[in-house]
Amino acid sequence: MASHAQVTLPLPILPEGWTGEKDFKAIGNLSAATQRSIEPVGPHFLAHARRARHKRTFSEDDRIQAQENAKKVEEDDSGEISEPEDPMMLSRDAKDWKSQDHYAVLGLSKYRYRATEDQIKRAHRKKVLRHHPDKKAAAGSTEDDSFFKCIQKATEVLLDPVKRRQFDSVDENADVEPPTKKQAKDGDFYKLWSRVFKAEGRFSKTQPVPKFGDKDSTQDVVDTFYNFFYNFDSWRSFEYQDEDVPDDNENRDQKRHMERKNNNARKKKKSEDTARLRKLVDDAMAGDERIKRFRQEANASKNKKRLDKEAAEKKAKEDAEAAKASAAKAAKEAEEKAKVDKEQGKKAKEAAKAAIKKNRRVMKGSVKDANYFVTGAPPASIIDSVLNDVELIQGKIDADETAALAAKLNGLKVADEIKGVWSGEVKRLVEAGKIKDGDAKGLA
Amino acid sequence: MSAEGSASAPAGRHAIGISFGNSNSSIAITSGDDKAEVIANEDGDRQIPSILSYVDGEEYNGQQAKQQLIRNSGNTVAYFRDFLGQEFKSIDPTHCHASAHPQEHEGTIAFTIQDKEGDEKSTVTVSEVATRHFRRLKQSASDFSGKEVTSAVITIPTNFSEKQKDALIKAAADAGIEVLQLIHEPIAALLAYDARPESKVSDKNVVVVDLGGTRSDVAVIASRGGMYTILATAHDYEFAGVHLDKVLQDHFSKEFIKWNSIDPRENARSLAKLKLEAEATKRALSIGTNANFSVESLAEGIDFSSTINRLRYETIARKVFDGFNRLVEGVVKKAGLDVLDIDEVILSGGTSHTPKIASNFQAIFPDSTTVLAPSTTATAVNPSELQARGAALQASLIQEFESEDIEQSTHPAVTTVKHLSKAIGVLSISGDGAKGVFSPIITAETAVPARRTVHVAAPKEGGDVLIKIVEGGSHIKVTKPEPKAKENGTKDDSDDSDEDSDDEPEEQREKVWKTGSVLAEAAVKGTKKGSKIEVMVNVAQDLAVTITAREVGAKGGVKGNLTAP
Ligand SMILES: Nc1ncnc2c1ncn2[C@@H]1O[C@H](COP(=O)(O)OP(=O)(O)OP(=O)(O)O)[C@@H](O)[C@H]1O
Repeated sequence: MASHAQVTLPLPILPEGWTGEKDFKAIGNLSAATQRSIEPVGPHFLAHARRARHKRTFSEDDRIQAQENAKKVEEDDSGEISEPEDPMMLSRDAKDWKSQDHYAVLGLSKYRYRATEDQIKRAHRKKVLRHHPDKKAAAGSTEDDSFFKCIQKATEVLLDPVKRRQFDSVDENADVEPPTKKQAKDGDFYKLWSRVFKAEGRFSKTQPVPKFGDKDSTQDVVDTFYNFFYNFDSWRSFEYQDEDVPDDNENRDQKRHMERKNNNARKKKKSEDTARLRKLVDDAMAGDERIKRFRQEANASKNKKRLDKEAAEKKAKEDAEAAKASAAKAAKEAEEKAKVDKEQGKKAKEAAKAAIKKNRRVMKGSVKDANYFVTGAPPASIIDSVLNDVELIQGKIDADETAALAAKLNGLKVADEIKGVWSGEVKRLVEAGKIKDGDAKGLA
Repeated sequence: MSAEGSASAPAGRHAIGISFGNSNSSIAITSGDDKAEVIANEDGDRQIPSILSYVDGEEYNGQQAKQQLIRNSGNTVAYFRDFLGQEFKSIDPTHCHASAHPQEHEGTIAFTIQDKEGDEKSTVTVSEVATRHFRRLKQSASDFSGKEVTSAVITIPTNFSEKQKDALIKAAADAGIEVLQLIHEPIAALLAYDARPESKVSDKNVVVVDLGGTRSDVAVIASRGGMYTILATAHDYEFAGVHLDKVLQDHFSKEFIKWNSIDPRENARSLAKLKLEAEATKRALSIGTNANFSVESLAEGIDFSSTINRLRYETIARKVFDGFNRLVEGVVKKAGLDVLDIDEVILSGGTSHTPKIASNFQAIFPDSTTVLAPSTTATAVNPSELQARGAALQASLIQEFESEDIEQSTHPAVTTVKHLSKAIGVLSISGDGAKGVFSPIITAETAVPARRTVHVAAPKEGGDVLIKIVEGGSHIKVTKPEPKAKENGTKDDSDDSDEDSDDEPEEQREKVWKTGSVLAEAAVKGTKKGSKIEVMVNVAQDLAVTITAREVGAKGGVKGNLTAP
């Protein structure tokens, strides 16, 4: 194409740190394409054909295959709208068109207010192809063209949005009966009422209409539904059921009278219809287990809150009491323990004292056993001096050292061995600096 | 004459374009400079009624035959095009009510008419009727150009079946016309517009609304680089030209009844007169704001004359006009598009002369949509001539081809082509700079291979720029303005329900692009201040993509490929 399209909004600046091999980064692929037929018309197509053919010759098989692949734009309208024709309906009188079910006449009973304009047109054509008087004559039928007129009337009404709405307003065949108590009990409550309100919803000025939902619907859904239907804004009107107004000028009063009568009848029907719908909603609501469930749930949640609160208070109280009790218990235990400890401490001290006494006795006994390190009867002075030295050492060592020394001395009877232990101890104490060299020399 | 009709050699071929409708036919030729023109027959008519009538063995065609509907309806055959190639059970005989009735005959459809001198009646098949009509068209075209016409491109509705096509080709062949190609009516109309010297090849979505006499056909067409793809069609037999005639018939009948207490619709001949005059009045109302309706001896010898103004007509015909509106809106939706996606609406067919229809369409579509009709666009082509012109243009394009060659070139293996399901575009930045704004480079429904180039502004200060190629889809954003506060005190107790709909402020609808998946990124470095970047996207037949980008006027640039999916 000669001149290029222009984009005036600027391109973004290359972000810092952007890299791409040779300044290009492939990221994705194109989405799947649609096979369609291009029209073999015009100079640009010829150029395409030249390229696409490439001097090839295509066969019948290629044709079939290509045609199957291409997306269809023409729908074939066989099927879809096909309802068996009721013989009673076929013998209808077109003059009685007001009481005629226009949808049934066109074979659209299944669709009714949901039928699209396109469906109505196609249904009409189908019926014309079949019931046109010329077709009947050809089939040797003597049937009059009465039903054909019914078809034309039905089409005239249904293809006129205003008239269609008037007819839809009174098309009770599109109503869905509310379920009986028993049906609702049998478990189809939601399914059956859904259908009822789906049908009622056709009269709503506001579309789409909220759904009835099912047993698991949330409270939001259910509330929205009931609010909508309790405030239903309906376009339904009843002029279709008007009585005929005389069409001549002579009967003006009569005409006015009829018009007034019709107007009043319309108003009455309209308010009856409003009441009817309200009752329907009431009935549905009365049997709606969801509403009960929500109420119970609301109550339960209220109760639960209260119980929770009480339980919390109770627990707090219990906790406090328990804390107090355990504190008291701990105090008592501590006290007892202290007492025991104290007693045990006393005993241990006494035991230690006793042990020291005993060990000291062993020590003194040992020097006596060693005959105070002399031969012959020891003089009193020697006994005194040795015992003094023993006492000196005893005064310098603690309970453990006393026990250790006593253990070493215990059982020794030979004087030299005893002396060896004592001199070892003196040496140790001198080295530890606890006594001076020369102290207790009687034991060294 | 017919002996050489099936010649396949282009030597001595002289091809024309024919539009063949249930109501009217037209013939068009191309002159030396490849301009197509619709030519008049010997009666001076460019819209030649597709009607044949026989009086004492003499054949009348076109407008002369149409006049015979009053006195000689039984020997007049009209509205037969759609019967070709059909079985009796699938035809709608409605429009033949006031002329020869179609009957079942040896598995086909025929008319019983007295087409020879004397009282003997013959049974003439629809194929033969069509052949006779084609002979007349051929004769008129041959007389006009002084050279025997041998071949033609003929337009057909998009829903013609293979059987109907075969029957049409045979009927033409029997008249000594070699059918080079059958082309779809809306495409012919589009081609007639696109072939004008002033029109540029572009990518656009076009709706062709063909409003004829007995049917209305609408097609939504993706026009991409001069190639056409039909996205959706609708066919309507409930709202068309004859229904507008009917509105006027009923209107004037009621008036006549008021004066004379006679219903002219109850007598066949009166009804025929009523019909013809109603149609004439309707046509006059397309040009003037007032029209006469005047019939000599309408019923029981009583002359009738009246007038109607356009406004009144538009009021009583509103239901039919509304039907056209809904039809068009419906098919746009069926194509998966919105009225905002439509660039052009082409009005084709005789009924499209009606100004109100065109102005209704203008109201349906946004201001950005061009409605091509005589009353809305001064340069519009006569809607009655579009199809024949398109056919003639196509004929001149292919008349040099061997018929074998034409067959192969139009083979479904050639015409079945992959079309992009999403648009491909580039991201720019808008004022706030935060978000990327999608600008399409190749639109959805473009047949591949395809190549498109755009020029995108670089940032004002120049430097290194990022080219991000993405897929995109569009949707319609609807903004409802705050409802106006109701004026108090003016509430009337009468019918106020349809009053408030007028007060409601109109919602704003706009088409917005939504960025889809990223295809590629590229960098063009060191651009100069105020320069432009040329971005080219080339999609191959297998959906592999080549992207190139360079600064306009600079050397080098980047190039990269995406593999076929
Ligand atoms: N100027 C006009 N204004 C209004 N209507 C017109 C005008 N000219 C022709 N028509 C109407 O257009 C219709 C014919 O359209 P056209 O010539 O396109 O026929 P066609 O393609 O044969 O139609 P079909 O096949 O649908 O019967 C007739 O109803 C005719 O009255």
